[in-house]
Amino acid sequence: MPERDAAEARLIEAPALQALIDALTARGYAVRGPRRRGDAIVFDEVARLEDMPRDCTTTQSPGRYRLADAPGAGYFGFSPGADSFKRWLHPPQQTEFRFRREGAAFVPIESAPAGVPRQAFLGIRACEIAAIGVLDRVFLEGPYPDPGYQHHRDGSFLVAVNCASPGRSCFCTSTGTGPRVERGFDLALTELHDSRHRFVVEVGSDRGAELVAQLPGRPAPAAAIAAARAVSARCAAAMPERFDRERVARRLRETPEHPRWAAIAERCLGCANCTTVCPTCFCTTMVDRTDLAGTTATRERHWDSCFTLGFSHLHGGSVRASTAARYRQWITHKLSAWLDQFGMLGCVGCGRCVTWCPAGIDLAAEAAAIGDEPGAPSGSDAHAP
Amino acid sequence: MRLEDLGEAVAGCTRTVEYLPGEYLLRVGAPADECFLIEQGRVALEVHAPARPPEVLLTLGPGDLVGLSWILPPYRWACDARAVQPVRVVAIDARRVRERCDADPRLGYHLLQGVLRAAIDRLQATRLQHLDVYRDPTS
Amino acid sequence: MSAAPEATWVPRRYRVDAVRPELNDTVSLELAPAAGEAPAFEPGQFNMLYAFGIGEAAISLSGDPADRARLVHTVRAVGPVSRALAGLAVGASVGVRGPFGAGWPMSAARGRDLVLIAGGLGLAPLRPALLRVLADRAHYGRVAVLAGMRTPREVLFRAPLATWQGRTDLEVEVTVDRGDADWSGHVGVVTHLIPQLELDPRKATAFVCGPEVMMRHTAERLLTVGLEPTQLFVSMERNMKCAIGLCGHCQFGSAFVCKDGPVLRFDRIARALAVREL
Repeated sequence: MPERDAAEARLIEAPALQALIDALTARGYAVRGPRRRGDAIVFDEVARLEDMPRDCTTTQSPGRYRLADAPGAGYFGFSPGADSFKRWLHPPQQTEFRFRREGAAFVPIESAPAGVPRQAFLGIRACEIAAIGVLDRVFLEGPYPDPGYQHHRDGSFLVAVNCASPGRSCFCTSTGTGPRVERGFDLALTELHDSRHRFVVEVGSDRGAELVAQLPGRPAPAAAIAAARAVSARCAAAMPERFDRERVARRLRETPEHPRWAAIAERCLGCANCTTVCPTCFCTTMVDRTDLAGTTATRERHWDSCFTLGFSHLHGGSVRASTAARYRQWITHKLSAWLDQFGMLGCVGCGRCVTWCPAGIDLAAEAAAIGDEPGAPSGSDAHAP
Repeated sequence: MRLEDLGEAVAGCTRTVEYLPGEYLLRVGAPADECFLIEQGRVALEVHAPARPPEVLLTLGPGDLVGLSWILPPYRWACDARAVQPVRVVAIDARRVRERCDADPRLGYHLLQGVLRAAIDRLQATRLQHLDVYRDPTS
Repeated sequence: MSAAPEATWVPRRYRVDAVRPELNDTVSLELAPAAGEAPAFEPGQFNMLYAFGIGEAAISLSGDPADRARLVHTVRAVGPVSRALAGLAVGASVGVRGPFGAGWPMSAARGRDLVLIAGGLGLAPLRPALLRVLADRAHYGRVAVLAGMRTPREVLFRAPLATWQGRTDLEVEVTVDRGDADWSGHVGVVTHLIPQLELDPRKATAFVCGPEVMMRHTAERLLTVGLEPTQLFVSMERNMKCAIGLCGHCQFGSAFVCKDGPVLRFDRIARALAVREL
């Protein structure tokens, strides 16, 4: 998507967010945005501005997430929770087909084609926009596009928001994916709390331009655009780079036998929380079932995790039997193999795996350690290309 | 291997011998005074036990050395070697080769490298055989 | 470039035309499409075979790539899906998605000597390669097939092997790990046959398929006798759910075995093969 002219940017008053929701709804989009559920912020249907959390913040750190009141924090003063757009674009369970038995044979059970769901994601962050870019690459740009992802992705409208301050688990500056939203969005908001509570709305697509033109507001003056840039700059400054991603990618490729793996395995519970909350983890398994009579068979695709023992099962046992091997697979895939496979990192620095790890394992800290420490020599170099 | 792989120690210590199928090149427990480099045909290394058919551990073919026990005391064969096809071998006078190697460790070292190569290949193959890699992995 | 969406996950239905018992736990299934021709495939490729209500398994094609009337798959009953597939009767339906993956580099091997080395069921994905060579025999140099099996009773494709052994333009050797009273062939692992090859490994291309440990040893032996590392190809196996690079299961280092493999050039994965639990 080409960079668009900054002159298209608009300035809207905070209450005009409701007009934005209404305009999206009027165009047939189900609007999904932040909602408070219990003591966490989730990503779900938003119809009214009041549905969204206001003046609250989260404190996040390895293994810890707390929601707190924060007067003046506005609508997006928190860092995202465990939930994300992922379950809307890549649902945790999808039915792939159904068959009915007819004698020795079986025939497909046709189902009515589902209409393309139009959904708008309101308030997704730079890391999440990057994650959608990652999933687009994985699911849509290979020789076999995934019809399920395509179906949900085609009708999606992305309203991003630029983060004002990083959570303690965040490390998008280390992965090069934030905090400012640069591309891949329809509209991007920056919340300003200077003289008044307002938003700078940048335009990333024609349909974004069409929509923002319907909102009450005016062209954003240079000072407002500068103020918005400053928000992102402050956020970035508060988030020093935690590791050198090129160095980490190289080390992971070159030193598969690293003493760090055993150390992490001492702490890792193999619970798969990290892969569940990760916005780019795309792995799935197939679940087959029949009805009690055995006359109809259904095949479903479910989220899976490389942390489960069954993930690498080969007749006789698991290839990755140890927790150390499974953690190595995960982090090596995210920070190294993904580059070879898809030309981009598989980690977007959102920090969810850090916050939601019950053992508080910090991926960024582990990456930094792997990047810095010498590893054990890897296997034979004799036949390396 | 080729005869040259054993070096000068075997020079002039060889003769060509032929065996018919079923004939034994060597017998377990017998003095290991002669070893064989196969030129043609197949030889089975066998062990026998009472009340059961002899078991073939390994078959050897052209380029294989038949017999390793002649290198070290007590110089006695550890299994039987039987020709399963018409076989032509280069028979090596082990006693004379040992004497030469004792007299000239340089020759001995060269020879040992050749024999050890064959022994290591045999050992690695035996490990793989022992792993039984084609069994039903779930059983 | 892209398949029709409905073809991505929904298998085509095939009818079991014949069930050929091969070994105690292994059968070859001949599958005919419910309509039309079977798709063309390259030697070394595989299909996802679906057993009603049980699931899918990745099974390599073991038939003649020139035969478009049927697909042949040789299935060993080791898991729930393969047990269900191996138990199918003539007339039953099987779901098929495929063919998938990178097969043996047949065109790269043209004009060269070729050695095919199989361990156990690894002979199945090599069979289409040999059939393709035999259909085009003049375009290859000397060709050898080395097959290692567990016991004489577990020699896969016994009849075709005997036929191939009768040809003068093929060198075919079969060895077993453990012989019996009636076996007069080779005893010992397949790697042991490599130094006895009549063709010159330094001028040859090698295709190897079998258990990973066997392939590692075989590769080591081939390189020792002078085969070029870039001329050595192995067929890998990993857990597979989708076969099209979307499920993530079959990753082996940076490779997706399903789409980058299953046939991979040895020098590109030699280091990964040496790493435990990768």
